[in-house]
Amino acid sequence: MQTYYSDLLVIGAGLSGERVACEAAQNGFKATCLSIVPARRSHSSAAQGGMQAALGNSAKGEGDTPDIHFIDTVKGSDWGCDQEVARLFADAAPIEMRRLAAWGVPWNRVVPGQSFYFKGGEKFEKYEKEENEGLITARSFGGTAKWRTCYTSDGTGHAVMCTMDNRCAQLGIDVFDKKEAISLIHDGDKCMGAVVRDLRNGELEVHLAKATAICTGGFGRIYKATTNAVICDGGGHILAHETGLVPIGNPESIQFHPTGIVPTDILVTEGCRGDGGTLLDVNEERFMHIYEPEKAELASRDVVSRRMTEHMRAGKGVKSPYGEHLWLDIRHLGDKHISTKLREVDEICHHFLGIDPRTQLIPVRPTQHYTMAGIRTDKDGAVYGLKGLYSAGEAACWDMHGFNRLGGNSLAETVVAGGIIGAKIVEFLKGYETTFDTRVINAEIKRQQERIHDVIHGRNGKLNVYDVRNEMQEALMKGCFVFRNKDGLEECVATLQGTIEKARKVGLVSDGVGCNHELAAALKIEGQVRLAMCIAQAALVRTESRGSHNREDFPARNDKEWLNRTLAYWPMGADMPDLKYEDTTPLFELPPGDRGYGGGKIIPADEKYVKDRTVKSPVTEIGKKK
Amino acid sequence: MGRQIKFEIFRYNPERKGDVPHMQEYILDEHPNMTLFIALNRLREEQDPSLIFDFCCRAGICGACAMVINGRPGLACQTKTKDLPGHIILHPLPVFKLVGDLSVDTGVWFREMYAKTESWVHTKKVFDPAKEEERMDNSVAEQIYELERCIECGCCISACGTARLRDDFMGAAALNRIARFVVDPRDERTDEQYFEVIGNDNGIFGCMGLLACEDVCPKGLPLQNQLGFLRRKMGITAMKQIFRKK
Ligand SMILES: Cc1cc2nc3c(=O)[nH]c(=O)nc-3n(C[C@H](O)[C@H](O)[C@H](O)COP(=O)(O)OP(=O)(O)OC[C@H]3O[C@@H](n4cnc5c(N)ncnc54)[C@H](O)[C@@H]3O)c2cc1C
Ligand code: SF4
Ligand code: SF4
Ligand code: FES
Repeated sequence: MQTYYSDLLVIGAGLSGERVACEAAQNGFKATCLSIVPARRSHSSAAQGGMQAALGNSAKGEGDTPDIHFIDTVKGSDWGCDQEVARLFADAAPIEMRRLAAWGVPWNRVVPGQSFYFKGGEKFEKYEKEENEGLITARSFGGTAKWRTCYTSDGTGHAVMCTMDNRCAQLGIDVFDKKEAISLIHDGDKCMGAVVRDLRNGELEVHLAKATAICTGGFGRIYKATTNAVICDGGGHILAHETGLVPIGNPESIQFHPTGIVPTDILVTEGCRGDGGTLLDVNEERFMHIYEPEKAELASRDVVSRRMTEHMRAGKGVKSPYGEHLWLDIRHLGDKHISTKLREVDEICHHFLGIDPRTQLIPVRPTQHYTMAGIRTDKDGAVYGLKGLYSAGEAACWDMHGFNRLGGNSLAETVVAGGIIGAKIVEFLKGYETTFDTRVINAEIKRQQERIHDVIHGRNGKLNVYDVRNEMQEALMKGCFVFRNKDGLEECVATLQGTIEKARKVGLVSDGVGCNHELAAALKIEGQVRLAMCIAQAALVRTESRGSHNREDFPARNDKEWLNRTLAYWPMGADMPDLKYEDTTPLFELPPGDRGYGGGKIIPADEKYVKDRTVKSPVTEIGKKK
Repeated sequence: MGRQIKFEIFRYNPERKGDVPHMQEYILDEHPNMTLFIALNRLREEQDPSLIFDFCCRAGICGACAMVINGRPGLACQTKTKDLPGHIILHPLPVFKLVGDLSVDTGVWFREMYAKTESWVHTKKVFDPAKEEERMDNSVAEQIYELERCIECGCCISACGTARLRDDFMGAAALNRIARFVVDPRDERTDEQYFEVIGNDNGIFGCMGLLACEDVCPKGLPLQNQLGFLRRKMGITAMKQIFRKK
């Protein structure tokens, strides 16, 4: 068996993983990245819209500061985020965007003079200042006070991913693709690396490292309808969670995006609405402004998804063989805009719907999109429960997103968190020596070999992994989607209890030889059902509505009882998660209040609790003025 | 609706002892809006879980799913079955190393390409976090992005006669990559330095200019323009070097 050594093993080579690796390599440490697919195919490259940073260069971003970005982020999270982390993030984001520019990202730049933009279907005029010519410009996104989203046409993720991967090549980082980590090697105290399956030939190998970082992105694929790539299946979460030591933070916090196309759930970017696209109902009439007079289409994603669902429930949806949907209208933006700034959207419409968005409406509905839930870390990115284990990016619950992340804040998080957490890992590596216990390593290899042998030979049963997966996906769609309630969640939990039994009894139909996909699916199915169960159980217990978590039977945001974060542990051998809770944030720069959109009642938190934790900052002052 | 599609798929798993390359047939009911992504996944999940193929984004943006579809390289995820005849023949991309069935190893090929082309901005400037970003003309930024849209699917390499004949030919994607840095003002490499990399038969002078690459590029990259641009530029550089040597 091949064994590889490095100082830092990064599982995942998306933006967050590669950014972490760069930080280590720049400081003289040997970093290795693993990825299921070539790094540039990571889901980061699918992000079209852009990334947020308060540069304040563009006319509509004038006066923007990290303080305002911080406020938007905390409000966006529905006060569910760790405010220390949101602060670290907002402050570092502008520097990180400039660094990316220096590394090669072709950001769109300020073009001075008059130009037009659309909002709510109406045309407006703006003037870009001469003196800002050539600085990084920004576009509008949902839930933000200023235009703050830096972009490269509509291929931001792709362009940044190219630059980051180039940087890794330049620094000589080993980035191995077609390698899937299937378990962590640990002794109950510290993490030593991972057992990895080579997806070219199916062989196992061992990667040992002083520090390990899980940067494997989201787990949208446990839902049936999702915008996520097929590799966003929770593999990284499962590695950490199955140790029994590491909790999943806020599993009930799953984001649904308003504009997945029907029927394939491919995303059309929020940039469509940011650039002035509108949502229409069956009568081809706008409706968002009725529910949200101020922000209309540009309210945050949780709010827009909820309003769309409400509107369809009120009988205003468009019927189709694939269920009801609404329309997205970008016709008025015109040919030039669509064929340059929204070209990917144009291509998606052409290839997957066979329509022309210049003259036709795009069928859309809310669909799973982002997992705020994740491997719980502290503000340094260190994972709870195991020394030497870190996590960054969508895989992590570092928790700057709380119960709803804002568009553009996730791609920005990958590089900002990657930089911050990478630096913390460097600090850790500098003062750390360790030994690798061969007994632990050999035991883990043996465990994995047996596991593989058992599924290939149907030792535990012969259930079909794809059937089990479907059952899990459907249970979540039914009980844990945009709206949730007690009965639905109880049913979901009950179903999943059966599913988890089945997941333990899958056996292969094929022979499992080589880079067999059925085997990969079988190895992670039980872990996936565990994640699904954590979502459902945590959602059932949380009797309030906050951000993306909407309880029809508990519509108020209940700060009195629920200003906290769920930590879902899965003790070894258990059948249900063990839910614990911790304070949402150690301090308030922005004390809990109204978001200014989304409506809903708030049951206020204990005054003394808030006061004791509120710190004086420019933001607290802004809060007071209001 | 109602059509039955016959798939004929190349099968070979090099890890399976005694396996030999062959074609295998499958029948599938067609559904409205069915893509090859949907079809292949259904085949694997309902009929033959040993089938090997790659998909990632399933939205035409990552480049994972390139294969030869009825004789022509293309992205399977954005190919609708209704645009094809009822008999669909699928092969893996040539030129790249075969992993199994329809899956090939593009990762290693492209990683080697980054090393050859030194695919990063070459500059002596050190990033200063305290400073404002260096300015750039928006039209230049757009021009760079235009060339950076390559998704490394490998279609252009597979369609290229020269690449099929010669392992060491860099291919349109690599030459396009160089062009991306040539237009980037941040990259301080000189024409002579680029000439070192591509000014030979493995590079720009090996291209026969037959257009196959641009024809199959799913992103519609202007490969011919770039090849022409580099050929002229490198031609001039070659001339200069000849004169300098004298
Ligand atoms: C369609 C779409 C559009 C989006 N648009 C935007 C946007 O405009 N703005 C924005 O801010 N955000 C956007 N997002 C969200 C954002 O793109 C992601 O949250 C972010 O890119 C995640 O990056 P990451 O580095 O955490 O993970 P990813 O980029 O998903 O990378 C995960 C990596 O982990 C690897 N991996 C996974 N499991 C394993 C394993 N077991 N072993 C080894 N490797 C493994 C994968 O191969 C991959 O390399 C969008 C998301 C989607 C789905
Ligand atoms: S034009 Fe050149 S690079 Fe393109 S296919 Fe022909 S020989 Fe290959
Ligand atoms: S240039 Fe076009 S065909 Fe070639 S790899 Fe890039 S996207 Fe694919
Ligand atoms: S799967 Fe990404 S391009 Fe086809």
